[in-house]
Amino acid sequence: MTFKNIGHRLAILLYVIFALFPLYWLLKISVTPNKLLYSEGVRLWPSEFTWRNFELVMTQSEFPLFFANSLTVSFSTAILTTLIATGAGYAFSRFSFKGKVVISAILLITQMFPLVMVLAPIYKIMAPIGLTNSLLGLVLIYTAFNVPFATFLMQSFFDGIPQDLEESAMVEGCTRFGALRRVIVPLTLPGMAATLGFVFTAAWSELLFALMLISDNKVSTFPVGLLNFVSKFAVEWGQMMAAGVMALIPACLFFAFIQRYLVQGLTAGAVKG
Amino acid sequence: MNSHTVAAKTTRSSQQKLKLVISQLIEPYLYLSPALIIIGLIIITPTLVGLSYAFQSIELLNPFSKGWVGLAHFEKMMGDRYFFKALGNTLDWTLISLFFQFSLGLGLAMLLNRQFGGRKLVQALVFLPWAVPTFLSGLTWAWLFNPVIGVLPHWMTDLGLIAEPFNILSDPQLAMYGPILANIWFGIPFFAITLLAALQSIPQDLYEAAGIDGASPWQIFIKITLPFLAPMIAITVMLRTIWIANFADLIIVMTSGGPANSTQTLPSYIFTTAYRRLDFGYASAMAVALLILLMMYALILLHLRSKLFRG
Repeated sequence: MTFKNIGHRLAILLYVIFALFPLYWLLKISVTPNKLLYSEGVRLWPSEFTWRNFELVMTQSEFPLFFANSLTVSFSTAILTTLIATGAGYAFSRFSFKGKVVISAILLITQMFPLVMVLAPIYKIMAPIGLTNSLLGLVLIYTAFNVPFATFLMQSFFDGIPQDLEESAMVEGCTRFGALRRVIVPLTLPGMAATLGFVFTAAWSELLFALMLISDNKVSTFPVGLLNFVSKFAVEWGQMMAAGVMALIPACLFFAFIQRYLVQGLTAGAVKG
Repeated sequence: MNSHTVAAKTTRSSQQKLKLVISQLIEPYLYLSPALIIIGLIIITPTLVGLSYAFQSIELLNPFSKGWVGLAHFEKMMGDRYFFKALGNTLDWTLISLFFQFSLGLGLAMLLNRQFGGRKLVQALVFLPWAVPTFLSGLTWAWLFNPVIGVLPHWMTDLGLIAEPFNILSDPQLAMYGPILANIWFGIPFFAITLLAALQSIPQDLYEAAGIDGASPWQIFIKITLPFLAPMIAITVMLRTIWIANFADLIIVMTSGGPANSTQTLPSYIFTTAYRRLDFGYASAMAVALLILLMMYALILLHLRSKLFRG
């Protein structure tokens, strides 16, 4: 190995350490017994190991409920958004029509909009119709905010499929919608799955709307539940971090799943930066 | 063939044409309508309502606060020193984060832009912070800065940066650096991923030719890599600036804008005003101000870009 290669590997190693260290620390505290927290504060690995914090979080706390709520919201958002974006992305990819430029400009602008601008009005509009303290309310909001980037993403997947395919299906007597359903959608399934993954990760981590609209513990999503727990039980370090590890698991799974599509997703303006 | 049938044929074909034209006009909107409806109801309508709130008094904690107040909120804003503090913080937060996210992201992309064993695994690991839910990134970094369970204060003391271990998040002078560091950590993957894709699209023979001509790595970087990346850099940096300026999650989780409003950026200040004080009118007025500032920034950039690229 040449001197230059060693430098390259060292630099990479530094990046890896920087990226992983905070998560490693989260994991470390979550398996440290409470009595060692103060005496072994800066040790890189505790002298004793425990699953106790995870047990407490799973059995004595409301985190399993928050977890289930977040799963419900994120999956529903992901499925609904992907369906809506499939239609819209198809329209952008296959038709040239009046208003196309205007509509895509509007979609782009919504990506750049200060979110804080709509927080208060949405609260005021949704409270009287029972959509605050409701998972359905969150799903609708998350869907609306994810549709624009999901549309651009789906458009890029449709653009990769030759137009002749549905044209020949239409010559053979399919309607356009029939051709879309039978010929194009099966080919776009990987793209739809990737879109689903992106929207899921975005919905899983959304915080501000959830804080604003949810005050009832029964319908808290994970971030709201975790922040409430942190402010109420500020010294239960081990349990807080065990809960944090729980929140990390779905994010990591979906990350592994969408890794191949990261470039496409980020250029479409994935909401989650 | 008599003239009758010809006429009938032409009407039929023109009818078909008309049908085709109509379907071409309407069909895309059939596919688009669900998207347009949900965006119209949940983004555009509340935005317009929010604009109107900026000129009304709407405080949920104050039942008598109803009605139009004209520009009163904006007058109040001009005298609100926390507003200006937040404005300055927004600049710091955006520029410092952006600078480090971009330069470290570019460095990472260049490191990854060559073959080596285990590259796939390394990519997955260094991009992971992007996938960590932002509330969890915020909490994790806040915990790292905590001298009881975190390690950073102890390391900073060892390095002589601070005299004794304490939580910089509770020091008004230093607190801002906490969320900024977390933001850098979270944002490096974004630039690394987009810039790596751009790097990989540079034709390889250019590098080979430069190598044959005996160009130094620095010359290659300046003469080949940068010019190819420039358009990509321009667009991502511009969009990213707006995104970071709007991004309040980390600050809200790590400091809630405190201590004593010292880490408030405009979006976090607006959020706190709406969420804690339930003063929707003033929050909306500040949101309008933020929107105007962002639009001015975008317009200036677009103007500069058209000037630069024409010349």
